Amino acid sequence: MSLFNRKTSPAFWAALGILAIGTAVISLGIGRFPISPVKTGGILLSLGIPLSPFWEPREEAIVTLIRLPRILGAFGAGAGLSVAGAALQGIFRNPLVGPQIIGVSTGAGFGGALGIMIAGSTLSVIFSAFLFGLLAMLLVWGICHKGGKGSLLALILAGVVVSAFFTSLTSLLKYVADPYDKLPAIVMWLMGSFATVTYEKLALGLPAIVFPACLLYAVRFRINVLSLGEEEAESLGIHPLRTRWFILACVTLIASATVALAGIVGWVGLVIPHMARAFVGADHRHLLPASALLGGIYLLGIDNLARAGTAVEIPLGVITALIGAPFFALLLRSKQKKGGFE
Amino acid sequence: MITAHDLGFRYPSGSWIFKDYSFHLKRGEALAILGPNGRGKTTLLRCLLGTASPERGSLALGGSRGYVPQHAPVSFLSYSVLDMVLMGRIRHMGFFASPGKKDFSKAREALEKLNILDFENRPFFELSGGERQLVLIARALASECSLLLLDEPTSALDFRNEKMLLGTMKRMKEEGLTLVFTTHAPHQAIHVADKALLMFSPEEYLWGPVEEALSDIHLQRLYGTDIRKIHVRDHGLNLRTIIPIYC
Repeated sequence: MSLFNRKTSPAFWAALGILAIGTAVISLGIGRFPISPVKTGGILLSLGIPLSPFWEPREEAIVTLIRLPRILGAFGAGAGLSVAGAALQGIFRNPLVGPQIIGVSTGAGFGGALGIMIAGSTLSVIFSAFLFGLLAMLLVWGICHKGGKGSLLALILAGVVVSAFFTSLTSLLKYVADPYDKLPAIVMWLMGSFATVTYEKLALGLPAIVFPACLLYAVRFRINVLSLGEEEAESLGIHPLRTRWFILACVTLIASATVALAGIVGWVGLVIPHMARAFVGADHRHLLPASALLGGIYLLGIDNLARAGTAVEIPLGVITALIGAPFFALLLRSKQKKGGFE
Repeated sequence: MITAHDLGFRYPSGSWIFKDYSFHLKRGEALAILGPNGRGKTTLLRCLLGTASPERGSLALGGSRGYVPQHAPVSFLSYSVLDMVLMGRIRHMGFFASPGKKDFSKAREALEKLNILDFENRPFFELSGGERQLVLIARALASECSLLLLDEPTSALDFRNEKMLLGTMKRMKEEGLTLVFTTHAPHQAIHVADKALLMFSPEEYLWGPVEEALSDIHLQRLYGTDIRKIHVRDHGLNLRTIIPIYC
């Protein structure tokens, strides 16, 4: 299946790192007002080291004030969602799981919509998204975590139930929302976009993605052990439930932070880990960082397409689904040929 | 090494799986647990492992335990043999730790001990059944256990692999490891074990030296069918075995 015996060499990581930085530099130049990569690279460097400007002040303003926060947001969200997806697929031993499956995204989505409806300020949207993401997670916990036992199937079903519940609540919100003002805002926001990302939003959202992603990386070897199954993990001497909920808490934080930043961006956390696995194999010690970099690059690319592909900005969630679904269908077909996912 | 006194287990609101079982095992000895399907051999093993807690009685274990499951884990993720063996080290690692130099050397040491160091980069899920069992034993050894628990270690193996695995178990025992294994094959028990535990019913059991415990009468009672201990002295063989009488 995967390119198993390929040792993940330093050259591979260097290439991936350069690709990530290169994509960011080029992305900074893309838009209604094109700027050459040399200039954007120079502007970026001038943030750290003194450099005499060979660009116009307004180019610097566009890059640092408008485009940079959006690009940081897109990269961070892509990386976070992919790490979360890889960790989830590992602990659930299921290749079809993504951050959306545990109900957190829809919970956070409802929270954000509620924030728009009631207050409308950025801060209230972020907090509300966060709050309801966590609430969704607690509900899932409450449904399936009875008496210290919780099977994976129960967890996934609880996720479906909680998801359905918050989806209908969101529909209710849309139904009663002011059709000229609030409704378009809610609908647009739910479809996902990085257009509204600012440094203030980043200051709240990015740490809530980066910190839990680092925690997930810290327990990378535990994810390996959990991916063999609960009984195996227990017989090897670890506490599977504790580790699993720790990982779920990290994933919840990442998922609600991305929803708070950019609305619901689906499919990234589902698709990217499979791509990463083709390069570095199943070991989460390599898979998590590879997923992070690939996911960042991917979402950055998609965001470029969304904002510069056509005259009007296309909702991000639409593109990720349009690309993700066929990709996943292909993946399913190729796996079926080789005897399924078993 | 193991002292079990009046051990009993049942699932909440269920009937007893076993009750008032007492036995003990010295360091470097091997115990075979025998019983018909569904009698609770695996449950007893899980009590010894600590993943099931007995409802009554006392259990004292000296040293740490390693476990070899009946079925190799199935996953859509493909790990190398070395990755699998490294996972045996998890109990020695902190919550946020990843395997370090010592863990790698212990894992390789374990593979070396079973003469399968050349497997280390092969994908685990592409190995044969016998090879997988060896890797899982290596994983248990890498955890530096002094008591090895094996759940029907030969149930999925062909004759050659079965013989190889039993030889390995004997060798481990001679090197000072204490073994407990469940089996459906009494002839394996007399080959490897020093003691045998026969689970007749939840309340009735027999524990003793393997030669005495595995008598015709006991085995016939255990399996409810004609089964005999045979001494083969034919074609230059001098072999004791146990066979069911088909007719």
